[in-house]
Amino acid sequence: MTEKSLELKHPYERFLRKERMPHIWCEGCGNGIILNCFVRALDELNIDLNNVVVVSGIGCIGRISGYTNTDSFHTTHGRPIAFATGVKLAKPKLKVVVISGDGDLFAIGGNHFIHAARRNVDITVICANNFIYGMTGGQYGPTTPLEAWTTTTPYGNIEHAFNLVHLAAASGAVYVSRWTALHVRRLKESIKKALQKEGFSFIEAVSQCPEIYGRYNKMKTAISMMKWFKEASEVRNFSDPAKAEISPDKIIVGEFVDIEKPSYGRLLREMKAKLKTKQK
Amino acid sequence: MVLTTQKGPRAIALNGDEAVALAAKQCDVDVVAAYPITPQTIIVERFSEYVHDGEVDTEFICTESEHSALTCCLAAAAVGARTFTATASAGLALMHEILYVTSGCRAPVVMAVANRALSAPINIHCDHSDSMVERDSGWIQIYSENSQEAYDSIIQAFRIAEHQELSLPTMVGLDGFFLSHTLENVSVLPDETVRKFVGQRQIPLVKNHEGKFVPYKLDPENPITIGPLDLHDYYFEHKRQQEEAMRKALGIIRKVHDEYAEVSGRRYGNGLVDSYRLEDAELVTICLGSTAGTVKTVVDQLRAKGVKAGLLRIRTFRPLPVQEIIKALQHVKAIAVMDRSCSFGGSGGPVFHEIRHVLYDSNIHPHVVNYIYGLGGRDMSQLLVQKIYRDLARILETGKIDKSIKFIGLRE
Ligand SMILES: Cc1ncc(C[n+]2csc(CCOP(=O)(O)OP(=O)(O)O)c2C)c(N)n1
Ligand code: SF4
Ligand SMILES: [Mg+2]
Repeated sequence: MTEKSLELKHPYERFLRKERMPHIWCEGCGNGIILNCFVRALDELNIDLNNVVVVSGIGCIGRISGYTNTDSFHTTHGRPIAFATGVKLAKPKLKVVVISGDGDLFAIGGNHFIHAARRNVDITVICANNFIYGMTGGQYGPTTPLEAWTTTTPYGNIEHAFNLVHLAAASGAVYVSRWTALHVRRLKESIKKALQKEGFSFIEAVSQCPEIYGRYNKMKTAISMMKWFKEASEVRNFSDPAKAEISPDKIIVGEFVDIEKPSYGRLLREMKAKLKTKQK
Repeated sequence: MVLTTQKGPRAIALNGDEAVALAAKQCDVDVVAAYPITPQTIIVERFSEYVHDGEVDTEFICTESEHSALTCCLAAAAVGARTFTATASAGLALMHEILYVTSGCRAPVVMAVANRALSAPINIHCDHSDSMVERDSGWIQIYSENSQEAYDSIIQAFRIAEHQELSLPTMVGLDGFFLSHTLENVSVLPDETVRKFVGQRQIPLVKNHEGKFVPYKLDPENPITIGPLDLHDYYFEHKRQQEEAMRKALGIIRKVHDEYAEVSGRRYGNGLVDSYRLEDAELVTICLGSTAGTVKTVVDQLRAKGVKAGLLRIRTFRPLPVQEIIKALQHVKAIAVMDRSCSFGGSGGPVFHEIRHVLYDSNIHPHVVNYIYGLGGRDMSQLLVQKIYRDLARILETGKIDKSIKFIGLRE
């Protein structure tokens, strides 16, 4: 064999920016799995990468926009949905995907989330929910379960957590699902579905942060966190998202919403066309 | 955990963030609200430990953004609580709206700012862009040179902010990473000493709608409204009052600093400006924050060679101690003003603007040049400081300034 033929190419190499590797994520972090599912979804849908824009906020998962070999926008903390809305309005043909963290999308950026969903802006939002602000050292945030330990709840959290799928459904999202980093095939399929939907689609990807959340909550390794996902999760497609709160012993996963509703972009274009014919 | 039940002061190893958290703890704060941001995070983490370990009786909340954190502190202050928060960079920028509301409501919130660059591009390291843009927001601004000073300044800040004649919010800057994350021996006062020094929050009396004097706080017994609509009738007068309080703050900051020196034995110049080998200096650097430490080392090197070098550190940047600056610079012949932020499209950095402006009306007219340095955490080395003094010496010798505003430590 010649030396050249020994050069192995990663099958998904074209989706990643090699010059940005190695990535910053810790060993065993779920963010890599989410990235993996995302690029596989792009591959299987055969989407032209030139038409995809990845927008992220600030956080561990936020670094993803620097790793995907698409046009991308690493925005400010909490605002990726506002940025994505601008991109989508200016270039409606682009597939605009926000991939960001629970803190970014639901603490500081919570307002953007509910309004983009209500307006049915035609974007896909994937939230890597690791239950904390990972990047800043693991403080509690809006998805930290009651009683969980974090760097700012050394004796357990006393705040109630958001149930993200319920919030998304109530805010008007046309597609809502939740999977964990263990459910790689279903997560990938869900991303494919979301990318093809018209309107605001939302996927919660429950993700392991062994380095901080795990360490603080008696699951020091990625494996032990995965074991938790495996033991606690139960697939219940199209069940009531209001009853899908995440607790230490239950993570309801599945698709919760899949409906049709005209997107903001479509209604805007229709309105503009109507006004134009009126003027004539 | 830090034990501070000792009788006298004690030196313990703390980084700047930990020193700030400990100071806030000893000041017996009623409400702390914050949102995490590097390099401030350790302050809030330590504080949450104090809360959960039962070492303080503070209501603590990690809000959903900095905007809410400051709003929460402002409102708590309005009902009479002693309040504290901490932030940096984008977090401070997000507070911008509420910074003005806080000072306009005369709510004496104390805030630590772990100074960090602003996005974009995103950068987590030190510069002063974050707090410099807020210099007009009506907050007192104190910049610390080291962790010891950050600790001391937080304690003083409560006394200053809550002073009956001021009631002005106060921010204490500590350079991100250079101070926030660097371990240093900090001399810590006993809890009791700090508690006595800071005392209970004093609330000034104001005239209510019935002409009665009542404490300026939201209290059902003595109802008042804070922050109502104020159009062309009185808004202007209220703003003028804020400016007057700022002027008055100069004396009060000095006084609090003097009183603190009595209990701690530590002084930072006169509390407003701090000088180093300035008495007979001809070539002088003016800067804020931790850079002063590096400059002092270079001043010593130059002095050993017979160069009359000196340093003036502006400790209190708001209110600006105009008279003290002029007084300190009487014998100086050439000045390099160092700015760790940039006023894009302006003529030099913000500290330079102020210094050159102050000198215009003064009795002295030394050469003044500006160096923009250290943006995004770029190191300000001794070599660069030495170069600045060489430039100053050349300016003095030739009487010529080739360029009055320069970037230093930059790839060009
Ligand atoms: C206005 C502002 N406030 C705070 C921060 C600091 N910050 C950066 S990332 C982050 C939290 C990220 O948490 P999350 O979105 O859950 O992402 P993760 O790191 O957990 O993946 C915070 C608070 C910031 N960059 N900007
Ligand atoms: S801190 Fe947690 S979320 Fe961040 S990269 Fe490490 S494992 Fe992942
Ligand atoms: Mg997170």
